[in-house]
Amino acid sequence: MTATTIIGGVVVGFGTIFLFLGGLGILRLPDVYNRLQAGTKCTTLGAVCTIVGVGIIEPGWLCKAVVVALFILLTNPISAHALARASYKSAVPLCEGTVVDKYREFGECEEAGSTAETADATAGSEP
Amino acid sequence: MTPGLYIAFFSVGVGGVLCCMIRALLGPTASDRVVGVDGMITITTALMVLLGLFLGRRIYVDVALVYAVLAFVGVIAVARYLEKGL
Repeated sequence: MTATTIIGGVVVGFGTIFLFLGGLGILRLPDVYNRLQAGTKCTTLGAVCTIVGVGIIEPGWLCKAVVVALFILLTNPISAHALARASYKSAVPLCEGTVVDKYREFGECEEAGSTAETADATAGSEP
Repeated sequence: MTPGLYIAFFSVGVGGVLCCMIRALLGPTASDRVVGVDGMITITTALMVLLGLFLGRRIYVDVALVYAVLAFVGVIAVARYLEKGL
Protein backbone atom coordinates (compact mmCIF):
# COMPACT_ATOMS: atom_id res chain seq x y z
CA MET A 1 0.00 0.00 0.00
CA THR A 2 1.98 2.96 -1.23
CA ALA A 3 0.80 6.56 -1.07
CA THR A 4 -0.17 6.72 -4.75
CA THR A 5 -2.35 3.63 -4.34
CA ILE A 6 -4.22 5.21 -1.43
CA ILE A 7 -4.72 8.53 -3.24
CA GLY A 8 -5.80 6.79 -6.43
CA GLY A 9 -8.20 4.54 -4.54
CA VAL A 10 -9.84 7.56 -2.90
CA VAL A 11 -10.20 9.29 -6.28
CA VAL A 12 -11.64 6.14 -7.88
CA GLY A 13 -14.14 5.74 -5.03
CA PHE A 14 -15.23 9.37 -5.39
CA GLY A 15 -15.70 8.82 -9.12
CA THR A 16 -17.74 5.63 -8.76
CA ILE A 17 -20.04 7.29 -6.22
CA PHE A 18 -20.67 10.07 -8.73
CA LEU A 19 -21.30 7.50 -11.46
CA PHE A 20 -23.96 5.87 -9.31
CA LEU A 21 -25.53 9.25 -8.50
CA GLY A 22 -25.67 10.07 -12.20
CA GLY A 23 -27.45 6.81 -12.92
CA LEU A 24 -29.88 7.45 -10.07
CA GLY A 25 -30.59 10.94 -11.43
CA ILE A 26 -31.29 9.52 -14.88
CA LEU A 27 -33.74 7.09 -13.31
CA ARG A 28 -35.51 9.42 -10.89
CA LEU A 29 -35.75 12.91 -12.42
CA PRO A 30 -39.05 13.86 -14.06
CA ASP A 31 -38.09 15.21 -17.45
CA VAL A 32 -35.78 14.65 -20.42
CA TYR A 33 -33.94 17.91 -19.78
CA ASN A 34 -33.48 17.23 -16.06
CA ARG A 35 -32.29 13.73 -16.88
CA LEU A 36 -29.79 15.15 -19.34
CA GLN A 37 -28.51 17.47 -16.63
CA ALA A 38 -27.88 14.59 -14.22
CA GLY A 39 -26.66 12.25 -16.90
CA THR A 40 -24.13 14.70 -18.27
CA LYS A 41 -22.59 16.51 -15.31
CA CYS A 42 -22.51 13.72 -12.72
CA THR A 43 -21.50 11.07 -15.20
CA THR A 44 -18.73 13.18 -16.74
CA LEU A 45 -17.24 14.04 -13.34
CA GLY A 46 -17.48 10.42 -12.22
CA ALA A 47 -15.89 9.00 -15.36
CA VAL A 48 -13.05 11.54 -15.37
CA CYS A 49 -12.33 10.93 -11.67
CA THR A 50 -12.38 7.15 -12.10
CA ILE A 51 -10.10 7.13 -15.13
CA VAL A 52 -7.62 9.62 -13.68
CA GLY A 53 -7.63 7.64 -10.43
CA VAL A 54 -6.67 4.50 -12.33
CA GLY A 55 -3.88 6.54 -13.92
CA ILE A 56 -2.69 7.61 -10.46
CA ILE A 57 -2.69 4.02 -9.17
CA GLU A 58 -0.74 2.73 -12.19
CA PRO A 59 1.60 5.57 -13.30
CA GLY A 60 2.53 3.82 -16.53
CA TRP A 61 -1.05 4.18 -17.74
CA LEU A 62 -1.42 7.85 -16.85
CA CYS A 63 -0.81 9.19 -20.38
CA LYS A 64 -3.41 7.01 -22.07
CA ALA A 65 -5.88 7.40 -19.20
CA VAL A 66 -5.65 11.19 -19.45
CA VAL A 67 -6.35 10.95 -23.19
CA VAL A 68 -9.53 8.94 -22.52
CA ALA A 69 -10.58 11.34 -19.74
CA LEU A 70 -10.01 14.40 -21.94
CA PHE A 71 -12.01 12.82 -24.73
CA ILE A 72 -14.96 12.17 -22.42
CA LEU A 73 -14.64 15.67 -20.95
CA LEU A 74 -14.79 17.22 -24.43
CA THR A 75 -17.42 15.12 -26.17
CA ASN A 76 -20.00 14.43 -23.45
CA PRO A 77 -21.31 18.03 -23.21
CA ILE A 78 -21.43 18.30 -27.00
CA SER A 79 -23.59 15.21 -27.37
CA ALA A 80 -25.85 16.29 -24.48
CA HIS A 81 -26.33 19.71 -26.06
CA ALA A 82 -27.20 18.21 -29.42
CA LEU A 83 -29.62 15.79 -27.78
CA ALA A 84 -31.35 18.51 -25.73
CA ARG A 85 -31.75 20.68 -28.80
CA ALA A 86 -33.10 17.79 -30.84
CA SER A 87 -35.58 16.77 -28.16
CA TYR A 88 -36.84 20.36 -27.83
CA LYS A 89 -37.28 20.63 -31.58
CA SER A 90 -39.10 17.29 -31.74
CA ALA A 91 -41.59 18.68 -29.16
CA VAL A 92 -40.80 16.55 -26.12
CA PRO A 93 -42.98 18.07 -23.36
CA LEU A 94 -41.45 19.80 -20.35
CA CYS A 95 -42.39 18.52 -16.89
CA GLU A 96 -45.24 19.94 -14.78
CA GLY A 97 -43.20 22.12 -12.45
CA THR A 98 -41.29 23.98 -15.13
CA VAL A 99 -41.04 27.66 -14.20
CA VAL A 100 -39.35 29.32 -17.15
CA ASP A 101 -38.81 28.38 -20.79
CA LYS A 102 -36.32 30.88 -22.17
CA TYR A 103 -35.85 29.04 -25.44
CA ARG A 104 -39.51 29.48 -26.44
CA GLU A 105 -39.54 33.14 -25.35
CA PHE A 106 -36.46 33.79 -27.45
CA GLY A 107 -38.06 32.05 -30.44
CA GLU A 108 -41.24 34.10 -30.05
CA CYS A 109 -39.25 37.35 -29.81
CA GLU A 110 -37.34 36.43 -32.96
CA GLU A 111 -40.56 35.55 -34.79
CA ALA A 112 -42.28 38.79 -33.71
CA GLY A 113 -39.23 40.81 -34.71
CA SER A 114 -39.09 39.23 -38.16
CA THR A 115 -42.83 39.79 -38.76
CA ALA A 116 -42.51 43.42 -37.58
CA GLU A 117 -39.59 43.90 -39.94
CA THR A 118 -41.54 42.53 -42.88
CA ALA A 119 -44.54 44.68 -41.90
CA ASP A 120 -42.29 47.74 -41.81
CA ALA A 121 -40.85 46.84 -45.19
CA THR A 122 -44.28 46.46 -46.75
CA ALA A 123 -45.47 49.69 -45.07
CA GLY A 124 -42.38 51.49 -46.34
CA SER A 125 -42.90 50.28 -49.87
CA GLU A 126 -46.60 51.19 -49.86
CA PRO A 127 -46.42 54.91 -50.72
CA MET B 1 -5.91 -2.30 -3.48
CA THR B 2 -7.57 -5.45 -2.24
CA PRO B 3 -10.05 -7.38 -4.42
CA GLY B 4 -12.87 -6.54 -2.00
CA LEU B 5 -12.39 -2.84 -2.69
CA TYR B 6 -12.53 -3.49 -6.44
CA ILE B 7 -15.74 -5.48 -5.97
CA ALA B 8 -17.26 -2.60 -3.98
CA PHE B 9 -16.37 -0.10 -6.73
CA PHE B 10 -17.74 -2.38 -9.44
CA SER B 11 -21.01 -2.94 -7.58
CA VAL B 12 -21.53 0.80 -7.11
CA GLY B 13 -20.86 1.45 -10.80
CA VAL B 14 -23.01 -1.44 -11.95
CA GLY B 15 -25.84 -0.02 -9.80
CA GLY B 16 -25.61 3.15 -11.89
CA VAL B 17 -25.63 1.10 -15.09
CA LEU B 18 -28.76 -0.73 -13.93
CA CYS B 19 -30.53 2.57 -13.15
CA CYS B 20 -29.72 3.85 -16.65
CA MET B 21 -30.86 0.55 -18.15
CA ILE B 22 -34.23 0.75 -16.39
CA ARG B 23 -34.66 4.28 -17.75
CA ALA B 24 -33.71 3.13 -21.24
CA LEU B 25 -36.32 0.36 -21.03
CA LEU B 26 -39.08 2.51 -19.49
CA GLY B 27 -38.49 5.87 -21.14
CA PRO B 28 -41.67 7.46 -22.48
CA THR B 29 -40.03 9.14 -25.48
CA ALA B 30 -37.13 8.27 -27.73
CA SER B 31 -34.98 11.01 -26.16
CA ASP B 32 -35.33 9.37 -22.74
CA ARG B 33 -34.03 6.12 -24.11
CA VAL B 34 -31.09 7.82 -25.78
CA VAL B 35 -30.25 9.62 -22.51
CA GLY B 36 -30.32 6.29 -20.69
CA VAL B 37 -28.10 4.59 -23.24
CA ASP B 38 -25.66 7.51 -23.24
CA GLY B 39 -25.31 7.43 -19.47
CA MET B 40 -24.91 3.65 -19.57
CA ILE B 41 -22.09 3.90 -22.10
CA THR B 42 -20.22 6.60 -20.17
CA ILE B 43 -20.39 4.62 -16.92
CA THR B 44 -19.31 1.47 -18.76
CA THR B 45 -16.30 3.30 -20.24
CA ALA B 46 -15.08 4.27 -16.77
CA LEU B 47 -15.71 0.78 -15.40
CA MET B 48 -13.84 -0.73 -18.34
CA VAL B 49 -10.68 1.18 -17.47
CA LEU B 50 -11.07 0.03 -13.85
CA LEU B 51 -11.54 -3.55 -15.06
CA GLY B 52 -8.32 -3.25 -17.05
CA LEU B 53 -6.51 -2.27 -13.85
CA PHE B 54 -8.11 -5.16 -11.97
CA LEU B 55 -7.17 -7.74 -14.59
CA GLY B 56 -3.80 -6.15 -15.36
CA ARG B 57 -4.46 -5.78 -19.09
CA ARG B 58 -3.57 -2.49 -20.67
CA ILE B 59 -5.53 -3.09 -23.88
CA TYR B 60 -8.81 -2.37 -22.07
CA VAL B 61 -7.97 1.34 -22.00
CA ASP B 62 -7.89 1.36 -25.82
CA VAL B 63 -11.18 -0.52 -25.90
CA ALA B 64 -12.68 2.13 -23.60
CA LEU B 65 -11.45 4.92 -25.90
CA VAL B 66 -13.02 3.30 -28.96
CA TYR B 67 -16.26 2.74 -27.04
CA ALA B 68 -16.37 6.42 -26.06
CA VAL B 69 -15.83 7.48 -29.69
CA LEU B 70 -18.62 5.19 -30.89
CA ALA B 71 -20.99 6.50 -28.19
CA PHE B 72 -20.31 10.09 -29.24
CA VAL B 73 -20.91 9.36 -32.91
CA GLY B 74 -24.07 7.37 -32.16
CA VAL B 75 -25.62 10.02 -29.94
CA ILE B 76 -24.87 12.77 -32.46
CA ALA B 77 -26.42 10.67 -35.23
CA VAL B 78 -29.59 10.00 -33.22
CA ALA B 79 -29.84 13.69 -32.31
CA ARG B 80 -29.56 14.70 -35.95
CA TYR B 81 -32.22 12.13 -36.81
CA LEU B 82 -34.63 13.44 -34.17
CA GLU B 83 -34.03 16.97 -35.38
CA LYS B 84 -35.02 15.79 -38.88
CA GLY B 85 -31.66 16.81 -40.26
CA LEU B 86 -30.50 13.37 -41.36
